[in-house]
Amino acid sequence: MLRLPRFRFVSPPSIEEAIHIRTEHPATSMYVAGGTDVYPKMKRRQFQPEVVIAIGGLVRDDFRGGTLAPLADTLPSVAEEGPLPLGPLPLGLRIGAGATLTEVAEHPRVREGYRALSIAAGLVSTPQLRNMGTIGGNVCLDTRCNWYDQSLFWRTAEGYCMKTHGDVVCRVATSSPRCLAVASADTVPALIALGAQINVVGPNGARTIDLAECYREDGINYLALEPGEIVTEIVLPPSDGWRSTYLKQRDRNSFDFPIAGVAAAVRMDRGVVTDARVAITALGSRPVRVDASALVGTKLDDEAIGAVADATHKAARPMDNTSGTISQRKRAARVFADRALRSLRDD
Amino acid sequence: MSELSILGRRLPKVNAWAHLTGSARYADDIRLPRMLYGRLLRSTRPHALIKRIDISRALAYPGVVAVVTGADMPEKMGIMPSTQDETALAVDKVRYVGEPVAGVAALDEDAAYEALSLIDVEYEDLEPIFTIEEALDRDDVKIHDTSKRANVFKEVHLSFGDVEGGFAKADHVREDWFFFEGNTHAPIESHSAVASYDADGKLTLWTSTQVPHYLHREMEKVLGLPRTRIRVIATPNGGAFGGKSDPFGHEFAAALLSMRTKRPVKITLDREEVFYAHRGRHPVKMRIKTGVKKDGEITAVEFQSYLDGGAYASYGIATTYYTGALLTVTYRVPAYKFDGVRVYTNKPPCGPKRGHGTTQPRYAFECQLDKIAMDLGLDPIEYRLRILQPANSRTVNELRVTSMGLGECLRALRDRTSWERKRSERTKGKGIGVAGSAYISGAGLPIYWNDMPHSGAEIRIDRGGGVTVMCGTSEIGQGSDNLLAAIAAEALGVYPEDVHVVSGDTSLTPVDLGSYSSRVTMMAGNATKNAGLKLREQLVTVAAEKLGIPADRVNLAYRKVYDLKDPERSMSFVEAANLAEAKYGTLVGAGSYRPPAGIGGNYKGAGVGPTPAYSYQAAVAEVTVDLETGQLTVDKITTAHDCGRALNPVNVEGQVEGSAYMGYGEIVVEEQIFRGGLHKKPSLLDYKLPTSLDTPKLETILIESVDSEGPYGAKEAGEGPLNPVIPAIANAVYDAIGVRFDETPITAEKILDALGKRDNRGITKDRIGPTGLGDGKADPKRAMRRLEASTEARERKKTQV
Ligand SMILES: Cc1cc2nc3c(=O)[nH]c(=O)nc-3n(C[C@H](O)[C@H](O)[C@H](O)COP(=O)(O)OP(=O)(O)OC[C@H]3O[C@@H](n4cnc5c(N)ncnc54)[C@H](O)[C@@H]3O)c2cc1C
Ligand code: SF4
Repeated sequence: MLRLPRFRFVSPPSIEEAIHIRTEHPATSMYVAGGTDVYPKMKRRQFQPEVVIAIGGLVRDDFRGGTLAPLADTLPSVAEEGPLPLGPLPLGLRIGAGATLTEVAEHPRVREGYRALSIAAGLVSTPQLRNMGTIGGNVCLDTRCNWYDQSLFWRTAEGYCMKTHGDVVCRVATSSPRCLAVASADTVPALIALGAQINVVGPNGARTIDLAECYREDGINYLALEPGEIVTEIVLPPSDGWRSTYLKQRDRNSFDFPIAGVAAAVRMDRGVVTDARVAITALGSRPVRVDASALVGTKLDDEAIGAVADATHKAARPMDNTSGTISQRKRAARVFADRALRSLRDD
Repeated sequence: MSELSILGRRLPKVNAWAHLTGSARYADDIRLPRMLYGRLLRSTRPHALIKRIDISRALAYPGVVAVVTGADMPEKMGIMPSTQDETALAVDKVRYVGEPVAGVAALDEDAAYEALSLIDVEYEDLEPIFTIEEALDRDDVKIHDTSKRANVFKEVHLSFGDVEGGFAKADHVREDWFFFEGNTHAPIESHSAVASYDADGKLTLWTSTQVPHYLHREMEKVLGLPRTRIRVIATPNGGAFGGKSDPFGHEFAAALLSMRTKRPVKITLDREEVFYAHRGRHPVKMRIKTGVKKDGEITAVEFQSYLDGGAYASYGIATTYYTGALLTVTYRVPAYKFDGVRVYTNKPPCGPKRGHGTTQPRYAFECQLDKIAMDLGLDPIEYRLRILQPANSRTVNELRVTSMGLGECLRALRDRTSWERKRSERTKGKGIGVAGSAYISGAGLPIYWNDMPHSGAEIRIDRGGGVTVMCGTSEIGQGSDNLLAAIAAEALGVYPEDVHVVSGDTSLTPVDLGSYSSRVTMMAGNATKNAGLKLREQLVTVAAEKLGIPADRVNLAYRKVYDLKDPERSMSFVEAANLAEAKYGTLVGAGSYRPPAGIGGNYKGAGVGPTPAYSYQAAVAEVTVDLETGQLTVDKITTAHDCGRALNPVNVEGQVEGSAYMGYGEIVVEEQIFRGGLHKKPSLLDYKLPTSLDTPKLETILIESVDSEGPYGAKEAGEGPLNPVIPAIANAVYDAIGVRFDETPITAEKILDALGKRDNRGITKDRIGPTGLGDGKADPKRAMRRLEASTEARERKKTQV
C-alpha cells in the first residue's frame, strides 16, 4: 500500500485559529475536510504539506445532529423538529460546507427543492467516499488530469508536468501556456445551475461570492479564492418554481469522476419558462455556465432546447487528459443538455 | 445421483466463513517477530542499459537494514524451463517501466519507501519497441539478444489435413482480421510474500502464489539453496486468475533479504506494482480464413495469431500454441493450418489470464462464425448446432474429445432466453447474440518434462474420526480446498466439515502442479478420490468382518458404515476407523493422478491442447446501445456450461458468473494500455473494473455430461465460461446496430465512430477493426514522437528561463 508522508495534523478549535495557522505556513500547509481528495494525493506525493489543518468540523452548522439549516432563523432545524413539512423554500437553504455528500444527497429538503444537487451529490464516487467527502471539499476540489493523477513513481518515470513542476511543459499540449487539468466536481455545476453563492472567511474577513465566479480557466490556480480563505457555507436561493436535474457521464456507474456533466435548472410559471440556468463540469479547466436565455418565454420546446444544447456543445472544451475521448465527451455535452432539459418538461 | 452423499449438493464452501469474515490469513496478514519490510525499486525506463547502481546512500538511510540488486541474483529464471529469460531483479538492462531493479529491507515501510529514492541508478536509454508491427520489423533494436528474427520470441507453424483442398471445395470463404486488446487480472489481493531464513539454515516462504511447486524449483535455482532447505507455502490467494502463476522478483528479493539479514522480510506490492507484475491477457492480432459449404459445413480453417508478449517469456510459448490449439474442438474442422508468432515489446510481460491464450482466438472465431451464419442466412444457434464436433472423437489436430455438451448448452440457451422471439424483434439499439466455446480441464503435460504424477494427495484418518487431506494445490478462491474436502468426505462417507485440508505446502503436501489451466478438480480431484478409495477399502473390509456381511454390501455415508440392504446394521465411522487402525496400523492413503497417454498427437507442439476432458459452454448476451452517447449496456448474460458433473453446483455457478463478469469487463471497458511506455491506467480508479452497478444480470444453466475421465464425472468450470461471453456480446452489438466489432474493447467512441456521430462528417461504418498487420491503426512511432516533442519542449523551456 502507498503510505502517507510525514506531516503535522492540527485540529484547531475555531475558524479564526485555522486561518491563523494557515497564514503562518502559507506555502506548506493545507486545509482538509473529509480528506478524500487530500489524502490520496498525499500518498501519491501530489501534495506534500507539512501541516494539515482539519476544518471540516468547523464548518458544519452549529446545531448538533443536522447539517443543513434553513436560511432564516425563524425555521427550526431538522434535528430539533424532525421531518419538516416539504414544499418550496421561500427563503432558500444554507448548507454548512462540512456537510457530507451523503447528508446533502439524502436530505429531504435538498431532494425536494434542489434536485440537481441531490442527484449530483449522490453520483459522486462511492457510498464510502460520500460518507467522508464534504460539499465544501467538492467545491474546492483540485483539477484532474491523467498525467498528474498518478503516483510519484509514475510521474518520475514520465518526467513531471507544469502542474507540479513550473519549469516543465504541459504534457497534454506542450505549447500550452497554462495547465489544462479538468474541473471535475459533480456538485459544482448543479450548484451553479441552482444559483448558489458561497460564504467564505479569510485572513481579510468574510465575504459572499457567486459560486460561478469562484473558478478560473487555469488547472493550477483553479480557485478564485484568496489564500487562506475557508468556505463556510453554501447558500441556495429560494426554490419556488424551480426544477432541476443533473446528468453525468462516466465510465462506470459508481466510483468514477465525471468525464462530462450537465446540470440544468428552469423556473416555470404556468408551463412557461421564466428563468433558466445550465452549467457543465469536466469539460474544461473550470465549470462553465452556459447561456440558457433562449429557453425563457418558451414551453421548453424542441427548438429552444436545441439552441441551448448547441450552446452547451460549444462551451464544452474537453482535452485528451481524462478517460473517454474528446469527441465522445463533447458530444455528450449536447446530448445531455438536451436530455436534461427535456426531462424538466411538465409531462 | 442418489449414491452420492456430498457431491452434487449445494453446500457452503468449507472456507466460506474465513473468507467472508476476513479471518482467512493472507500473506500480508502474516507478522513475524523481528520482521522487516521490503520494497522494490522499479525501472523508470522502458528500455535501457543499467550503467551503474549505487546503493550506498540508501544503505546509510536510518532504518534500512539491507539492499539487494540484480547482481546478487544473476541466475536466469522463469516459469517455462525452455525459455528462461528473466532475472529476479534486472541485471544490466531494463525492459519495461516497472521492472524490479533493487530491493530494500528496512525497519518499517516508510523507511523502505524513502530509501528507494536514494538508490542511484544510471541508465543509458535504448530505443523502445511498443507494438507488434515494430517488434516484427526492427532488426536493429533487440530487446533480447536471443531473438533470431527482429524481436520474435517464438514462431509456430502447424498444418493438419488438406487445407488447400478444403478451401478449393468451399462454396464460401471468409477472411477477417481481429484485434483483442490486452488486459490484466486485477486480483483484489495484491501479491505478497514473507520470507524467513531461520537459524537452522532453512528458508520458509509464505506467498500468494498459484504454483508453489514450480516456485520451489526456481527458488533453488536462483538462491543457490538446495530445495531440501526451502519450504514454500502458498497462502490463500485473494484472487489470482493466472496473475500469480509465475515466479516473481519480490519473492526472490524477500528471500534473499531474509538470508542476508537473518530476519523475516515481507514484501507486499502496492496496487500500481500489480499492474507492472501483470502476466495478463496478451494483445493479439489475428487473421482467420474459413471455408464453408453452402449448408455451413466447414471445409478448412487457416488461423494466424500475432501476440504482443511484453518484455519477457512468462508462459509465452504455451500461450502462443494455445491461440491455435483449441479452435478445433468445438466444431468439425477437417483441415486446419495455424501460424502463431509472439514478439517481445517494452511493456510488462503478458502471461496466462483465465482462458489462457484461447480467449482471443475464440472471440475471433465465434464472431466470424456469426458472420458466416449471416452470409448463409442461418440462425446463429441453429448453425452452430449443425456443425458440432461429436463426442468421443478426435479432432484434426489429434486432440481426444470425450464428453461434449455444447449442443445441449446451445439448446438450453435457446429455450431459456426466448432466443427466437428476441432475435426476430427488431428494435434499433437492442440486440441479442450467442457464442460457444471449450476449455481444457487441466493441461495434458507438466511444465517441465517428467513422468511423475501431476497431482498427489495424502489422506489420514485420526482416532476421533477426523480426516486430513494433504495436497499441493493452491487455494485461489476458486474453491479448491472445498473440493478436496468434499471429495475426501464423499469417498470416506463423512461430512466436509470433518475434513481438515492442508494445501500448497511443499514440505507437508505431495506435489500438485498448481492452480492453473483449470486442472485442480480433474487432477487433484482424482488424486484425492484415489487416496480416499484406498482408505475406504480398508474401512469396508473391517466393517464387513465386524457386521458379518459381504464387502460389496458395505456403504459409507453420513459418518456411518452400514449394510446397504439393512441400514440398521451399522457402526459409526469412528468405530470403523479405529478397527481399521488396529488392523492396518496408522491410516494413511496416498493417491495420485496423471493424464492418460494418447490424448494428443506426437508432432512438435502437440503438448499444448490435450487434456483429459474438455469443458464446453455457450453464452447468450442481451445488449442495449445508446445511439446518441454510444454507451453500451449489457443487460443480461446467460451462460450454459457443461461441467461434466457439478460436484457443488453453487461453486460451479459462482465460477460461471465470475467468468461472465470478467469477460464482460474485458470487452466493454478493461484495457492494459500504454502511452510512451508508461501504463496509462495503473490504478483501480483508472483501470475500469466493472462495479456491481455495471454488472449485467447473470444467469447460469448447468449441463451435466458426466465425463468418463473426471472425478465422479466432473470437468472444469473456472475458465471456459469466460470465453463465449466476449464474442456473444460483440455479436449482440451487431444485432443491435449492425456494426461488427472485430476489435476489443467496444467503447462509446468506437460506437459513435461507426454510427457516424463522432464528428460532423457523418460517415458510418459497418465494421470496426484492423484490416491487417501494420494497417496504420497503431502508429508505432506516434507515442514516441509525442514523448520526444514534450521532452524537447521542456528542454527549450528550461533554457529560456
Ligand atoms: C476514488 C475517488 C473517486 C472520486 N469520485 C468523485 C466524483 O465522482 N465526483 C466528484 O465530484 N468528486 C469525486 N472524488 C473527489 C472527492 O471525493 C470529492 O470531491 C469530495 O467531495 C471531496 O471532499 P473532501 O471533504 O473529502 O475534501 P478534502 O479532500 O478534504 O479537500 C479537498 C480540497 O478542498 C479544500 N477544502 C476542503 N474543504 C474546504 C473548505 N471548507 N474551505 C476551503 N477549502 C476546503 C482542501 O484544502 C483540498 O484542497 C473522488 C475521490 C476519489 C478518491
Ligand atoms: S493539463 Fe498539462 S500541466 Fe496540467 S496536469 Fe495535465 S499535463 Fe500537467
